[in-house]
Amino acid sequence: VQVNPVKSQPTTSPLIPEMATQEVQLNETLAHLKTESETLKTKLEEERAKLHDVELHQVAEKVEALGQFVMKTRRTLKGHGNKVLCMDWCKDKRRIVSSSQDGKVIVWDAFTTNKEHAVTMPCTWVMACAYAPSGCAVACGGLDNKCSVYPLSLDKNENLAAKKKSVAMHTNYLSACSFTNSDMQILTSSGDGTCALWDVESGQLLQSFHGHAADVLCLDLAPSETGNTFVSGGCDKKANVWDMRSGQCIQSFETHESDINSVRYYPSGDAFASGSDDATCRLYDLRADREVAIYSKESIIFGVSSVDFSLSGRLLFGGYNDYTINVWDVLKGTRVSILFGHENRVSTLRVSPDGTAFCTGSWDHTLRIWA
Amino acid sequence: MTIRTVRPNRGQRFRPRTHCLKKLDAMVVEMQDPKNGVKGSEQKLNVTTIPHAITGANIIAWISNKMKTTTEEAQVFGTMLMAYGYIYPLQNHRKLVMCNDSSLYRFQTPYFWPTQQWVPEDSDYAIYLAKRNIRKKGMLEPYEQVDYNHLHEWLNHKWDFIVMQATEQYKAGRDRNKADRVVFDCQERAFWIVNRPPRRTHSALDVGPERLINPNVEEKITFDQYRRVNIFYQQAIMRSKVKSSVSLGALVKYITSYKNHDAFLAPCLPSNPWETDHDAYWTLNMRRVDVPTKMRVERWSFSLFELLTDLRGRDDFKIFLKKEFSGENLAFWEAAEELKWGTASSMSAKAESIFKTFLAPGAPRWINIDGRTMGLTVKGLEHPHRYVLEAAQTHVFMLMKKDTFFRYLKSPTYKEIQKKALSPEAHNFSPAQLEDNARNRSAGIHPIILWQQEEEEKAKAAAASVPVDVKAVMSKIDRKK
Repeated sequence: VQVNPVKSQPTTSPLIPEMATQEVQLNETLAHLKTESETLKTKLEEERAKLHDVELHQVAEKVEALGQFVMKTRRTLKGHGNKVLCMDWCKDKRRIVSSSQDGKVIVWDAFTTNKEHAVTMPCTWVMACAYAPSGCAVACGGLDNKCSVYPLSLDKNENLAAKKKSVAMHTNYLSACSFTNSDMQILTSSGDGTCALWDVESGQLLQSFHGHAADVLCLDLAPSETGNTFVSGGCDKKANVWDMRSGQCIQSFETHESDINSVRYYPSGDAFASGSDDATCRLYDLRADREVAIYSKESIIFGVSSVDFSLSGRLLFGGYNDYTINVWDVLKGTRVSILFGHENRVSTLRVSPDGTAFCTGSWDHTLRIWA
Repeated sequence: MTIRTVRPNRGQRFRPRTHCLKKLDAMVVEMQDPKNGVKGSEQKLNVTTIPHAITGANIIAWISNKMKTTTEEAQVFGTMLMAYGYIYPLQNHRKLVMCNDSSLYRFQTPYFWPTQQWVPEDSDYAIYLAKRNIRKKGMLEPYEQVDYNHLHEWLNHKWDFIVMQATEQYKAGRDRNKADRVVFDCQERAFWIVNRPPRRTHSALDVGPERLINPNVEEKITFDQYRRVNIFYQQAIMRSKVKSSVSLGALVKYITSYKNHDAFLAPCLPSNPWETDHDAYWTLNMRRVDVPTKMRVERWSFSLFELLTDLRGRDDFKIFLKKEFSGENLAFWEAAEELKWGTASSMSAKAESIFKTFLAPGAPRWINIDGRTMGLTVKGLEHPHRYVLEAAQTHVFMLMKKDTFFRYLKSPTYKEIQKKALSPEAHNFSPAQLEDNARNRSAGIHPIILWQQEEEEKAKAAAASVPVDVKAVMSKIDRKK
């Protein structure tokens, strides 16, 4: 039995008068900063309100209402042995990659429902996966705190794990990852509260993004012509917009009442939607710098896990923890449809690159394609 | 009773926030209101009379009425109440699904309701299983036996304590009267089914990995954080913003433009591959078709960004630019994109090549940008980084966007492709044909093969378009002389 010697402690001397005043000063300054912070926050709200001359649903009054929707499950992809946590579409509009709790990452041709590749990760809870823009590789990561890239091959029998490349290294779980406009860079978000941009070839950290006070759960890259920003959402209830070049947070929105599980840009890049554990989806206008719509209903109280827009931006699809999918009219703020089918929470939802369908992954071990 | 221990602060490992619990608590209290709650009664199950049992149909009807939703949604809600452990089934204790019939359920006692403040630990579960084992050997279900064996291994160092607790609880239980004991056993079993669900039982308390932030505690913001946040607020106040009417108007305009291109809002021609199992839509819209569809050509006119993002559109734009002898702007833009999104190791080489081709005085494809931007860019290229061409690239993009793009849309090149473009007829498959389609879904071309083809085409194009270096040619001729 090892006994650690107790270090002799110096007897606590009475606080020297200077130290006492310093401590009091520090407390005063903290209180002072807090008041200043609250004043500034109010002033920001005032500035935003000055330019707020119309509500979204007012502008939407002239827009014609949507008709009835008939959306059905067109494919059910069975093959994962445990909860499906994440999925992403390939640019060819038919292939997808999905990852699950048991460490399996599967590449499917969703159109034919054939499984083309399967990789077993060395960790469980693979919470993030992404398809490379070229269609030649996939990235994934989770509880291993890393993001790894697997080049795909035409040979179905090839062992993909042999060519695996470790790219990102975080100090906590990987919650989301995305390729930028090429296969050469990956953007990641992590439970350690940071996001980071990495060079795939060398594994070098190109830029890190600090500012979230807790786990970052999701991110999305801006589709705009300049393509230099991305938005992230976290457990600190904040959605932050970042400049990839400088690493600075350029805009921040804190209106949700709980964790933000998903963020997605509006197709034009001038706005983004968020889905949160507080059961609401919200739309934020980046040019007006404010929240402009809340998509919620009294009867919907279970968290949103994942959101995505249809191609035109008129519809917002949300996957919920009560196993359903709610479809919202982005302009009028009403729910246009509710879809049933999954037997456990919907954990991930993405619209296909050409907008012809959307895919949901669920904790019931399956993925479904809806159109 | 099981000892409640405050979850130890293991340095930032907490359960994810569950925002819905407050509302669920309030709802379940209402449901049990003697006057306005769910109608319950005594029910006979086997030989025993069960007090306060309610049927699934009554629960669903109550929810549907209260939340003003359809029966289907109310059923989903009911299932969630079970998945969270507020209601438990009396007949099949492992099936946490609300059925809209005379199946029997009961409300869980508030003592066992889910709460964010306290999370049952493995040792609590071990005590529960040990207690049941003491009562009657062989009473554990197979999955519980497996769990028990695992816990016995992991918690071996605590096992004496666990057995002691289990024995105490067992003894305390014996002192209660039979009816109470039966009810309590039911409740306790329901609690553990939700907190340690057997395979194929869907419990809402089966959550993902733990989080950094404690959902029960208000964040303590440090001095530094306040300073940073205040600076951020000041910058945000100063930043120029747009009037809501303007920015929201732009959102509406976008939706209106793209309305007919959204497969959920307008029919996809010839048909949506996911609906008819026929992939003509994808074949007609491939990267390198000779003749694009009318919808695709229309989309090119929405913005320069659309035109350039669709590589087929970019090809058409290049044809137009070649006729105008002004291809260098787009070439520069493409080279700058390659630099931005390329590998870190290729940057210096690319930067040098771009300088020689586009920016150096007398360069073969010299781009005409303003002096200030040129100066900044050339200076930046002394120490190239991936955003060194940002200013020049934006300038060039704006030039194309405001001038070249509109001339392209009015040009014979664009008008020609508009005329040639295809307008596929809508498919009209009979049920038999649809079945046939489903059996013969085409595999398409693998993206890796397409990528290889693309790379070959790009290399060919690059080789073909190397600009004639006039100086080199002239000096060769001079030397020959």
